Amino acid sequence: MQKKRLPNLIMITGVLSVFSFIPVTYSISEAFKENIYKVGILKPNDSVLKVKVGDRAPEFTLPAVSGEKISLKQYQGKKNVVLSFVPAAWTPVCSDQWPGYNIVKDIFGQNDAILLGITVDNIPTLFAWTNQMGKLWFPVLSDFWPHGAVAKKYGVLRSNGVSERALFIIDKKGIVRYIDIHDINKRPLLEDLVNQLEKLKK
Amino acid sequence: MPSLAIIISFSVFSSSTLASNPPPSKGDVLPKINLPIPKNPAEKAYLGLPGVGTFRIPQIKAKVVILEVFSMYCPYCQKDAPRINEMYQVIENNPDLKNKIKIIGIGAGNSPFEVEVFKKTYRVPFPLFADKDFSIHKLLGEVRTPYFVATKINDDGTHQIVHSQLGDFQGAEPFLELILKASGLK
Repeated sequence: MQKKRLPNLIMITGVLSVFSFIPVTYSISEAFKENIYKVGILKPNDSVLKVKVGDRAPEFTLPAVSGEKISLKQYQGKKNVVLSFVPAAWTPVCSDQWPGYNIVKDIFGQNDAILLGITVDNIPTLFAWTNQMGKLWFPVLSDFWPHGAVAKKYGVLRSNGVSERALFIIDKKGIVRYIDIHDINKRPLLEDLVNQLEKLKK
Repeated sequence: MPSLAIIISFSVFSSSTLASNPPPSKGDVLPKINLPIPKNPAEKAYLGLPGVGTFRIPQIKAKVVILEVFSMYCPYCQKDAPRINEMYQVIENNPDLKNKIKIIGIGAGNSPFEVEVFKKTYRVPFPLFADKDFSIHKLLGEVRTPYFVATKINDDGTHQIVHSQLGDFQGAEPFLELILKASGLK
């Protein structure tokens, strides 16, 4: 027994030290001070997608931080819709994703698109968190109750109850045109989203 | 059991020493950061860099270089951008400071496209560089953004960091005053 323990320990230690050398793939804005909870490196994806490109996007209605209720169908025939699911408020990568979208309203506008930010957090948490980002031009929706119901409908609810870091582009006809279920530990590149939005014009 | 203690302490020691650099601070030298020489002739002239390829910050033709570690995704970097631009204008409009103090920005985790969005949105007049894979950010101690580092470049080519700060940009004039004093330019 004693003989077996040492190789096991060496293996565990080896694995742990490899993890400790993994570079962070995010920066944290000083806007959030010391309030960002470090989640460590997570399993990149942990859900089974339920929609595919070409499908009709599942309908939903969710409460927004602003107090209104937002339905996907209200944009049908009017705007392309980008759904940005982020895993959770007050976590590293999520906190530095939407503030970037906040300075590219013009790019969304040029592509006749609206952005809807969604997390499974409740409204008070989202209110406090998004207040640190400055005034956001796009609605932030709470998929808190029934917990993660919309994330589940799209197949992006992870086994621990948070959503994937996922982007969906839905065209004016309500059809899914692009899906990026991103590695939860990394922020999607802005140019990838912009290139896909520009494809809608063609 | 002693072997367990040795293994664990080695692991803790090695991870804490190799995981990341400490943030740059006063009296230190800069980590070895290679940046691409800008293609834009105006930016190239601003930095006083000839040729093509890469350069290191102490090669910039200046007495002091102010580096801002920023991100286009960072709300405070966005909010401070007009005031950093104002600092650039104050320097460029003052014959005693122009050519002595230069400003550059490094976009932590930002692709060239994302850096360009930031540059265009805030009409940033000084050179910005992308650090898409966070490799420079790691060398700089994974600081939160914005982070400012002022480096004095000596006539013999050596350099020292004379000031560093996390956020809290005081405004163009007070920040410049602080840098002038810290670097001995005043």
